[in-house]
Amino acid sequence: MRLTVHGRVVAATTGGTDFNPAKPAVLFLHGAGFDRTTWRLQTRWFAHHGRSVLAVDFPGHGWSEGPALESIAALADWTAALIDAAGLKSAALVGHSMGALVAIETAARFPDKVRALGLCGVAAEMPVHPEMLESARANTPKVQELMTFWGIGNALHKGGMVSPGLWLRRESLAVLSGNGPGVIHTDLAACNAYKDALARAAAVKCPTVLVLGDGDLMTPAIKAKPLAGAIAGARTVVVPNSGHFMIVERPDESLEALKASV
Amino acid sequence: MVEAKFLKPDTLALHAGQHPDPVTGARAVPIYQSTSFVFRDVDHAASLFNLEVGGHIYSRISNPTVAVFEERVAALEEGAGALGVSSGQAALHIAIATLMGAGGHIVASTSLYGGTRNMLGLTLPRFGITTTFVNPRDQEGFRKAIRPETRLVLGETIGNPGGEILDIPAIADIAHKAKIPLMIDNTFASPVLCRPLTLGADVVFHSATKFIGGHGVAIGGVIVDSGRFDWEGSGKFPTLTEPYAGYHGIDFAEEFGPHAFISRARTEGVRDFGSCMAPQTAFYLLQGLETLPLRMARHVENARKVIGFLKANSAVERIASPELPDHPDHALAQKLLPKGTGSIFSFDIKGGREAGRRFIERLRLFSHLANVGDAKSLVIHPASTTHAQLDAAALKEAGIGEGMIRLSVGLEDPDDLLDDLGQALRAAAKG
Repeated sequence: MRLTVHGRVVAATTGGTDFNPAKPAVLFLHGAGFDRTTWRLQTRWFAHHGRSVLAVDFPGHGWSEGPALESIAALADWTAALIDAAGLKSAALVGHSMGALVAIETAARFPDKVRALGLCGVAAEMPVHPEMLESARANTPKVQELMTFWGIGNALHKGGMVSPGLWLRRESLAVLSGNGPGVIHTDLAACNAYKDALARAAAVKCPTVLVLGDGDLMTPAIKAKPLAGAIAGARTVVVPNSGHFMIVERPDESLEALKASV
Repeated sequence: MVEAKFLKPDTLALHAGQHPDPVTGARAVPIYQSTSFVFRDVDHAASLFNLEVGGHIYSRISNPTVAVFEERVAALEEGAGALGVSSGQAALHIAIATLMGAGGHIVASTSLYGGTRNMLGLTLPRFGITTTFVNPRDQEGFRKAIRPETRLVLGETIGNPGGEILDIPAIADIAHKAKIPLMIDNTFASPVLCRPLTLGADVVFHSATKFIGGHGVAIGGVIVDSGRFDWEGSGKFPTLTEPYAGYHGIDFAEEFGPHAFISRARTEGVRDFGSCMAPQTAFYLLQGLETLPLRMARHVENARKVIGFLKANSAVERIASPELPDHPDHALAQKLLPKGTGSIFSFDIKGGREAGRRFIERLRLFSHLANVGDAKSLVIHPASTTHAQLDAAALKEAGIGEGMIRLSVGLEDPDDLLDDLGQALRAAAKG
């Protein structure tokens, strides 16, 4: 599916059904350097269980027109505009990593547009290692390798994907290597600079679930505690044997955690 | 300085795709000898059938033992995903059928396994898929042979039986400029000696029967996808970029991204054509994979000793091995296969077909049979066996002489192999 936001084409998958704005909508927001296909093991389930789904490519990612947006605030503005462009009054936002920060910012600033939050692989702050930022700035492959190495949990470094035959290391590298010059740096710099998560979290009023990996090195579960505490009524699910990519590493557990809230 | 310390290939050969069984504690990969798998509830069943969640339904489509094999090969080949099938030929067929239908066209190297050549040249035209064959060293020939309806460029890392080395980066570049993928048969190199996906190829396939299995006990094949080819940007692959009625209008590229090709190959290819890998076969092949790095090193070491011996033997007319400096692809082999070019090569014996017959019949350790990549040393006469379906012109085009003998050097003590070859060569020379 293609939409237009701020005059630029946005690509999204609808999870295999026609998008119907009359149904409760779920918008899936990917992490830094990734795209809509991150959510392949959640989108089809929601789309076939009473929701309308849009798993989008942020500007400059996947099949969406660029340029990539340079701040979490700008991505939140864009997400609010996307909700309008899709003909929705409101939507549940499910975000991963950078996408989770965008979801928090959007829910806090546009409360009428967000009916629920699913925050996967999230933390109150997401400082980025200087060598990753430098590699991303220089467009060298090292940042893709570090994002993949630190993103995958200890167990999945040996594999054992739920979907038969898939090898997560190369899936991650394949998606990351498909980014245009500067895109990963723009994303990581936005995450690195964003310090408003806790303040915005206090303004979130909608039902929220945090889905965290017990072995997440990028956003350790303990770093999400302040966020969970700041969002009234937030529920936390810690997925066992999972790293930062819990939605791919442990898709069934992640889906179960999200089902009840979004 | 931080670095990504990924598990290395020798470790992945032993561990990738498997964790000890959480219920029984079994350390080896269990053989899940079950046709089908119980659903948790009705919704779970429907979700599995509709590709909403991952998991196993029926062993024609996927099986837990086969899945370990698939993930392990994907890891070793540096691919995003793999599909295990019943043979190397099944791998080739499913890969082609996933990419094109009637009207599709393939550009392929002339230096191919005879069965591949047969499928492309004789069988697939009956289904409307045609192939133009090009000398693997003729890069311009590849470029010129690509037509608007071309959907695949195909070659072997190490050609059969002449040992031609395909310049994978160069051919990949030609294919990509035409917005079509390059698929490589990596059987003769194995992922230990060459990883075509890291050199620019998009899809790799194997006859896993050969080095991967390594013990001559199971027939199997595997397809590995890099996950990098831009099917949407190409616009030439509606099977991957347009709604597929087989799953209620699924668009594989839109929904599965880097797994578009391998997902369609599984959910349509083995589902409909049925050429699945048996779990028992996957178990056998996994035993082979565990020692693949060790075996390949010994295969190469032994092959080099045999080549040196034959080179010095007056009964040998010519050796076609890229290990040798006089092979046209020696320099390319050193670049693309720095650890060695495997252990399968051919040579011409003086005295032609009759001397070849005497040589083969006098061998004691080398087994005369139609296989390669076994732990045991093997020998065959390609013109009368593996490439027998080729006419004289096609044989010449493929670089196969009447007296050519192909060896697959195994893991025996090299002194015993040299003794065996020596006595057989002497017998052949006597007439």
